Amino acid sequence: MESVILQIAARHMRPLLIILSLVVLYRGHNEPGGGFIGGLMLGAAYILYAMAFGVAKTQNRFVFSPLNLTALGLLIAVVSGIPALFAGDTFMTGEWITLFADTVAELKLGTPLIFDVGVYLAVAGMLMLVMFSIMEE
Amino acid sequence: MLLLLAVVIGVLYGSAVYLLLRRNIFKLILGLIFLGHATNLLLFVASGLTSGYPAFIRFITGESESMADPLPQALILTAIVIGLGVTAFALVLVYRFYSVTKTVDLDELSENE
Amino acid sequence: MNTGLFITLLLFLSFLAPFTRRYLRGAAGWIYAILPLTGFIYYLGLLPAINDGMVILESYRWIDVYGINFSFYIDGFSILFSLIVLGIGTFILIYAGKYMQTYPMQGRFMAYLILFMASMQGVVVSGNLITMFVFWELTSISSYMLIGYYHEKPEARMAALQALLITGFGGLALLGGFILLGIPYGTYELSAILANPDLIKQSPLYLPALILILIGAFTKSAQFPFHFWLPGAMAAPSPVSAFLHSATMVKAGVFLLARLSPVMGGTELWHVLLTLFGGFTMVAGAWLSITQTDLKRILAYTTVSALGTLVLLIGTGTQYAMNAAIIFLLVHALYKGTLFLMAGNIEKVSGTRDINMLGGLYKSMPVAAIIMTLALVSMAGIPPMLGFIGKELIYESAVFAPTAKYLILIAAFFTNTVLVFLSLRLSLDVFWGDRPQYGKRPYEPYFALLVGPFLLMLGGLLLGLFPKILAEPLTASAITSISPGHDAVGLKLWHGINTALLLSIMTLIAGIMAYKYKVAFIAYSGGVNVRYFAREFAKGFASGMDAFLLYTKNQTKRIQHGYHRYYLMTVFAVASVLVWVMIWRTDPIVLELNFADMPLNLVAVLVLIVAAALSAVVSHSRVIALIAMGVIGFGITIIFIAYSGVDLAITMVMVEVLMVILAVAVLYHLPKYQKYSETGDRMRDGLVAALVGSFMMVLVLQAGTSQLGVPISDFFKETSYTEAFGRNIVNVILVDYRALDTLGEITVIAIAALGIFSMIKLTKKVKS
Repeated sequence: MESVILQIAARHMRPLLIILSLVVLYRGHNEPGGGFIGGLMLGAAYILYAMAFGVAKTQNRFVFSPLNLTALGLLIAVVSGIPALFAGDTFMTGEWITLFADTVAELKLGTPLIFDVGVYLAVAGMLMLVMFSIMEE
Repeated sequence: MLLLLAVVIGVLYGSAVYLLLRRNIFKLILGLIFLGHATNLLLFVASGLTSGYPAFIRFITGESESMADPLPQALILTAIVIGLGVTAFALVLVYRFYSVTKTVDLDELSENE
Repeated sequence: MNTGLFITLLLFLSFLAPFTRRYLRGAAGWIYAILPLTGFIYYLGLLPAINDGMVILESYRWIDVYGINFSFYIDGFSILFSLIVLGIGTFILIYAGKYMQTYPMQGRFMAYLILFMASMQGVVVSGNLITMFVFWELTSISSYMLIGYYHEKPEARMAALQALLITGFGGLALLGGFILLGIPYGTYELSAILANPDLIKQSPLYLPALILILIGAFTKSAQFPFHFWLPGAMAAPSPVSAFLHSATMVKAGVFLLARLSPVMGGTELWHVLLTLFGGFTMVAGAWLSITQTDLKRILAYTTVSALGTLVLLIGTGTQYAMNAAIIFLLVHALYKGTLFLMAGNIEKVSGTRDINMLGGLYKSMPVAAIIMTLALVSMAGIPPMLGFIGKELIYESAVFAPTAKYLILIAAFFTNTVLVFLSLRLSLDVFWGDRPQYGKRPYEPYFALLVGPFLLMLGGLLLGLFPKILAEPLTASAITSISPGHDAVGLKLWHGINTALLLSIMTLIAGIMAYKYKVAFIAYSGGVNVRYFAREFAKGFASGMDAFLLYTKNQTKRIQHGYHRYYLMTVFAVASVLVWVMIWRTDPIVLELNFADMPLNLVAVLVLIVAAALSAVVSHSRVIALIAMGVIGFGITIIFIAYSGVDLAITMVMVEVLMVILAVAVLYHLPKYQKYSETGDRMRDGLVAALVGSFMMVLVLQAGTSQLGVPISDFFKETSYTEAFGRNIVNVILVDYRALDTLGEITVIAIAALGIFSMIKLTKKVKS
């Protein structure tokens, strides 16, 4: 399927969708969004690209395999549960640190955010794995 | 509204069951998808209907009383994504099933053991 | 050291054995034997304190609420059994190390043997019924592995399966019995149960508990009619037969009966059942052993007989009987262990176990001959071996039996006569007499193969020679712990001239006479067997199993017909009927019909969903089905938006799009719809569907109008920002409160993705 309109759209949509997915991922803790939705968007960005240019080209151009992405996501999600063990809590308890406390740029970082990144990658990877497999047929 | 939603859920379950009882394997999958939808909706409706107050903390006192229940929503969110995974798996299975057996009739599967 | 640690060490050694055996080579048996020997010494060291009346309790928490713990209860009886298990176990390991040297998979063999030892030790020291059950089943499993060691032989596999099925069935009954026994006490702790032995007897649960426990004990201890698995188990290598099937495992049933006799015993029923089964087994085992020609099978049947004797004695329950039971237990373990090991030796050096093919072996193996003959002297009950004291006590208890005195006396007399006969046969016909042509040249067995039998025999001799100094301290507290209120009777070789002595002498004469006319005796016995025991139990069991399997196969075929829609229909129909009955019996729901909360736009969406669902059902077009799927998905998205499910709506939109794309991609390859079902089928399915749909509708209404308890969400709402620093509560639940669930979920989708990937990619590879 060679469609110029689709190809142009996909080329420009991809970075936008990636940025959008990251924004959705980041703000998910306080606003609508999160790892699941972000992951679906990230997956959609590449699936759109693959629809326009083909799976082989997509995978060659952006050198990664969806399988590894899924595995990486799972790994990050599991690892995010480990710091709690060192803090003496049970596995997967959320642990937080506060940067720049009592200033305007106060920033709270915690393992749930890392976990969400894992979810984000795993969902995106799974989506691409499925769609690429079927589209290649 | 609850009554109408209950009817919708009932119809969804009914059609899902009917489709699950078909011999065509694609209808079976369709029934599975409907069943997932119906269950998601059931969970959502059973936890009470709240319009206009999503489960976000906004620092207004007394707000949590009228806020939508977040737990069923979290469960449904999980269920939707798992549903996608399972449905995709089932669809590909159907595809493989057909390319091997050249039939979509499930009864033939049990007869050709 | 303590018992828990010791059993753990044994289990650990069992785990190590397969890895270390090859490096230890010939020394493996000796090295592995160090651990049981240590245990033997440890328990021997506890004996003086135990004899002073001490009981050692040890407990590790398990399921405390139900009174289930890993407890150990060590009194005189446990110690005696531990000494038998570990003492004989030590020699068995030394023996097996040498005996099995030429066989493959010795590491595994050793591992099973040690595992068995650990579990048997666990049984005899457990202080909690459930703990005992766990170890009990472990002995069944490890014995299955050991009997089936020559797994390339079909008869070994058959024998192993037979033993497992029978003891496993008994184990199941035993668990039931234990649970019933525990109910009146509210705990399974042995110490609590022994402290209040009469509670169960006043309970209506006594009868079922007793019967179930007896089934467990009788199957394990090979009582008639479950006796046949034991001779079958002779398919195992000789060290296994010596350890499991003479000295330890088969005694587990006897152990259990003796252990529980203060609690379950003392009633008429207990007395009758045990006497009946034990007595019959004792005679039947002895009788069936006469015609056997395989050394190990002869010994196996005499073991069955000995187990019957023990059950009979425990059932009799008098002071003499309990004394006799304990002494005979020890006697039997000592001589039977020796005999089995020697049977293995004889097979090893001469190549056969058939008694008709043996003879004149004394010249080749004098040491072995003397050891075996002395053990046989103990079996025949001739002084100065401990066997004599044991037999005297048996006669003594028969004389003083409260009921059926003469019957028991005759049975005991017959059994002991057969034992004398067999002792003569096993020694004279094997070591002396004509020497046939052997396949290979017999030789004296190696040291490692003789040390065990020799020391066990020596034990029997020393205990017999010095009963006051050695045998009494060993057994006295064992006797008092299983029959409280009874003291141990003094043991001595010379009792003076009394009935028991006269009976002994008569037994001896009768046995010698039987041996003198052995050809006629064996022929007569064989004739009776052909006439009355024509059908072998083992064969009967096998055909029974076959019939059972055929039955279940047919049943399964009827239930597991293989048509998915009938499975589903059954589930749905049953569920609808049950739920509708429940709905019928609950109060009606009161609903206020309020048109104000029905916005027209939402109602329109709902109508669309219903229309789409129904058209997907009735349509013959696949495209319409796909469109309906999309409409329903987006309709639900709108419902989510309308009722505050923001995250849900976003997710749903994306998922729905992908789902439709996927469905299109797959449907593209599939053929068009065909008509598969008749109108009647459709009506029936429609009815089921309507039933399910309608009860789901009622359930939604009930769920929507009732509120049970405080929702857990209040906690999430309160702490979401203060403790988890997130304002989007749904997201916080997903990544923080219930993160483990989410982790499980992404694992599931990853696996689904992997499945899809491999289904498509791997089949492609096969094609190319």
